[in-house]
Amino acid sequence: MDLRKLVDKVKPTFMKGGKLSFLESTFDGFETFLFVPNKTTSMGSHVRDCNDSKRTMICVVLALMPAFLFGCFNTGIQVGLEGFNAFLYGLIRILPMVAVSYITGLAIEFAYAQLRGHEIYEGFLVSGLLIPMIMPVSMPLWMVAVSTAFAVIFGKEVFGGTGMNIFNPALLARAFAFFAYTPQISGETAWFSDWKFMGATDAVTGATALEQFATKGAMDFSVMDAFLGFIPGSFGETSTLAILIGAAILLFTGVASWRTMISVFVGGLAMGLLFNAVGGNAYMEIPAWHHLIVGGFAFGAVFMATDPVTSAQTNTGKYIVGFMTGAIAILIRGVNPAYPEGMMLSILFMNALAPLVDYFVVEANISRRKNRSKKLAK
Amino acid sequence: MSKEKESLFSAKNMKYLTGPFGANNPVIVQILGICSALAVTVQLKPAIVMALSVTAVTAFANLVMSLLRNGIPSRIRIIVQLVVIAALVILVDQVLKAFVYDVSKQLSVYVGLIITNCIVMGRVEAFALGNKPWPAFLDGLGNGLGYGLILVIVAFFRELFGSGSLFGIRLIPESWYIAEGGFYSNTGLMLFPPMALIIVGCIIWVHRTKNKDLQEK
Repeated sequence: MDLRKLVDKVKPTFMKGGKLSFLESTFDGFETFLFVPNKTTSMGSHVRDCNDSKRTMICVVLALMPAFLFGCFNTGIQVGLEGFNAFLYGLIRILPMVAVSYITGLAIEFAYAQLRGHEIYEGFLVSGLLIPMIMPVSMPLWMVAVSTAFAVIFGKEVFGGTGMNIFNPALLARAFAFFAYTPQISGETAWFSDWKFMGATDAVTGATALEQFATKGAMDFSVMDAFLGFIPGSFGETSTLAILIGAAILLFTGVASWRTMISVFVGGLAMGLLFNAVGGNAYMEIPAWHHLIVGGFAFGAVFMATDPVTSAQTNTGKYIVGFMTGAIAILIRGVNPAYPEGMMLSILFMNALAPLVDYFVVEANISRRKNRSKKLAK
Repeated sequence: MSKEKESLFSAKNMKYLTGPFGANNPVIVQILGICSALAVTVQLKPAIVMALSVTAVTAFANLVMSLLRNGIPSRIRIIVQLVVIAALVILVDQVLKAFVYDVSKQLSVYVGLIITNCIVMGRVEAFALGNKPWPAFLDGLGNGLGYGLILVIVAFFRELFGSGSLFGIRLIPESWYIAEGGFYSNTGLMLFPPMALIIVGCIIWVHRTKNKDLQEK
């Protein structure tokens, strides 16, 4: 049966006056998910193309796929499996987390849209996939649910929903989990496997590369393994290669800002080189570029720092915020041994400062143009 | 003196006592005394002791200042208020040390810091200096208890989810915890002050939803 006809047939039931009119937002959400809405603006001039924000979000989800698929594979590798078995093992472990994150987040989003009588925003499409990808696969499911609920309610809905949030919701979920359930998300036991099926052993490596840097000043993994991603870590963050493929998709489709992305890497590298020059502790003396391929640095730079809502809006602001994000991430890694991973905190911190940076960029522009017009008037 | 004598528990007087529980709560409407609401609410027991201490101080500070109000030149009223409040705080501190020493240890500097609690001086300035002793006493009592109410609610959630207990009595069985082979874990964030602020925010959220006239436009 034609899907469009089916949707049109049930539509009156959900519209005003229909039997199920209280579910109008929910219906609208599903309809625009299936079909590009044919509403057009009637006033003013707009640049239009076929992209609405749902399509933009789908691009990001596509870009996340390489890292996601590799994450499945790597999870299996880490418990001693090989080939397709490893992939299947990882997939079976991550799917419940993805389901829990989507169900929790979307339930809250739908409920809010319904309560406030607006259409459903699509922001959670990406956040729901990001949340499991930046947590360890061994994270208990109810913790994923609580963290997601916290992030969606306090990070997003209280500010007015998608597009109004100050902080990246996915990172907020991780930050909540990090401070609320610390033993499950960091330290030696977090990456331990408790699921022994398909011949998985519990021989999961203890510390992540970052923790090894912090304690020993060197990692047990080769640089190539770290780049390709055969190391323990949060589900999606390990493979720099897969993340770079995702970055290419984001940049090619123009969804993410190359300004932010590049300047995060430059900022991280600059801070790393500064630490190399100064020295101090073991962490500061590792080669600067190693920072970029271990931990969540690359993942954060590509998928989190470029969030169009929480990052800077002006082009100059993007350079500044991106550079600071990278630099502060390495600063936290280097000088605070309690947080071997600084990317999460640094992005959240710069999320808070981005509007301020934008403000000064705009003000500077205004005064520059004012001065120019004064000169011309003379 | 032909003025009709008002009864001690008239509706108007009782309003001073009950107002701070709802529409005029010192913490969630006047936004006073937030700092100690964040600091002492990790567990229920210290929170209740703190609430009672603040209630005693606000009530008697209001009473004393109201009695003195006509004899104090307005220019030096702040210093007189400080002397009275400080004396009362020291009194409370001594009582706590004498009878509930362990809680007093837990509260540490926060008992002494009642003197800086904005509610105490706020009520003295705003109410006691312009009203008779009995209403002033009731107002102090009500504001102290209104503050205590919020403290108890916040501490309830923080102790239940942060430590799995209430009044130090374990409610969530040990065997549920991950370390013991279970599935449960305390929400460590509840032990940090930021979470107290978020809970206060939630209380304000619920309160504003019920009292629509308090919503800022």
